[in-house]
Amino acid sequence: MPALEPSANLARRKRLAGAFRAATMLLTWLCLALLAVLLVHATRQGLPWLDLQFLTEFPSRFPERAGIKSALFGTLWLISLTAVFSIPVGVAAAVYLEEYAGRRRINALIEVSIANLAGVPSIVYGMLGLALFVRWLALGRSVVAGAMTMSLLILPIIIIASREALRSVPDSIRRASYALGATQWQTIRHHVLPAALPGILTGTILALSRAIGETAPLIMIGALTYVAFVPQGPMDAFTALPIQIFNWVSRPQAEFHELAAAGIIVLLTVLLLMNAIAVIIRHRSQGHR
Amino acid sequence: MFLCALLSVVVTFAIIFVLAKEAVTFFESVPVWEFVFGRRWTPLLEPRSFGVLPLLGGTLLIVFGSALVGVPVGLASAIYLSEYASRRVRSIVKPILEILAGIPTVVYGYFALTFITPLLRVVFPSTNIFNAASAAIVVGIMVLPMVASLCDDALRAVPDSLRQGAYAVGATHLEVSTRIVLPGALSGIVASFVLALSRAVGETMAVTIAAGATPKLTLNPLESIQTMTAYIVQVSLGDTPAGTVEYQTIFAVGALLFAITLLANITAHRILRRFREVYD
Repeated sequence: MPALEPSANLARRKRLAGAFRAATMLLTWLCLALLAVLLVHATRQGLPWLDLQFLTEFPSRFPERAGIKSALFGTLWLISLTAVFSIPVGVAAAVYLEEYAGRRRINALIEVSIANLAGVPSIVYGMLGLALFVRWLALGRSVVAGAMTMSLLILPIIIIASREALRSVPDSIRRASYALGATQWQTIRHHVLPAALPGILTGTILALSRAIGETAPLIMIGALTYVAFVPQGPMDAFTALPIQIFNWVSRPQAEFHELAAAGIIVLLTVLLLMNAIAVIIRHRSQGHR
Repeated sequence: MFLCALLSVVVTFAIIFVLAKEAVTFFESVPVWEFVFGRRWTPLLEPRSFGVLPLLGGTLLIVFGSALVGVPVGLASAIYLSEYASRRVRSIVKPILEILAGIPTVVYGYFALTFITPLLRVVFPSTNIFNAASAAIVVGIMVLPMVASLCDDALRAVPDSLRQGAYAVGATHLEVSTRIVLPGALSGIVASFVLALSRAVGETMAVTIAAGATPKLTLNPLESIQTMTAYIVQVSLGDTPAGTVEYQTIFAVGALLFAITLLANITAHRILRRFREVYD
């Protein structure tokens, strides 16, 4: 019975299995090493340039005098307005789709649209913003046009995350509320939304952090690359952190590349902080249940 | 609230309308066949020529290169995470992959230009400062977390009973992973590859910064090229007045870009729905 005897190539098969395991492990750690290399490289190039002056000066032709004040304020304006536009609309859309929508055809169309919009390249949103907000609504190359473009870009992300949060609220909560005579809106307002809030917040923060790093749509709608003032209102021209970084990277001089690295350190710090906040919110809400 | 939800439909149609409107005007002055089959793309210089093939070729070069990096590494990490890693390792690696996915593309562009390109120039001294290879590598790194996370989900959806059945008849870990689990998760894995491809096509900043602005048909990744997205950025950085042919070109290229990514996304969803193995 040869089939029952220990196969001659069993050792080889086991060696192969071990090699495969090692290879997958190695490649996984390679990803992590890549992240480390990226961070170390940017830090080494940028850290010497990162001081208080860098944060409080306007951009300049002279690298030693250049700073990111206008970019910081521009990003702050942009993200605040984007949050104001996108969060109410996104959450409302999610509530409609999860709590109210029936099996009507229009709802299927909405679902398909959201799934597709989530995969549209960001530069296409920029072109939409250019045609729609900058030219058609004649908002010009203003903060508000940028924020509206960004809102459209992150809306699918907010909707998808909020829907997941709403879906994870157990039905027993809804039924208990109905049993006490609450209307559907009272149930949503006082029970479902509060229960889903941590999930919605996490998703929203991650969506906004995506908006902070986006560059291409802002270039499309014409965010300026050289701005020596802080926007005073929503109709002012602006620049943003990633735009400033792009501007510095695309210059040939090494000093500007190092300035870009300093800008990247600031940008990544902001993003990591937001990520950390999202993780903490997620963690705490899981602990409570 | 219904109106808020309906907004996504409106946006979809607005994108199609905006792109189509300018593209149609463009095709009134430039014949479609010249756009699709022309092998020279010089819309900003005399003599003008509007053949999109060089831009398309540049984009495909980036897509292919990034797939070479992102697909094997992403799939390998997914296999490691779902088949080998302990729960503790997972809880460390997954958030780090999420961070990698959250890094803005402009940062990857900087990384390509100031780190990968100098490295390439040590190995291949003929490398251009702006080259397709460095851009493709960082785009590969960029899509890698997405591939890893989607493949991981697909692999973990394969029920453990299948794995145990294979072990019971004497298969090694490798054989279980590659002959039982991988085929079982194939639809999810292929869909993740298609989505990665779609992201690489639409990737803008890294290729604008690192791959250059020389539209040409080449297979040599060490040369400078231009992708569709990079061309759109190049035009919008300059002062191109609305209504000119230059202005319309970006919408024609944008329409092509949108069509390709839309097709890829729909394909991915189809694959997921049509070929999913249903386990209960």
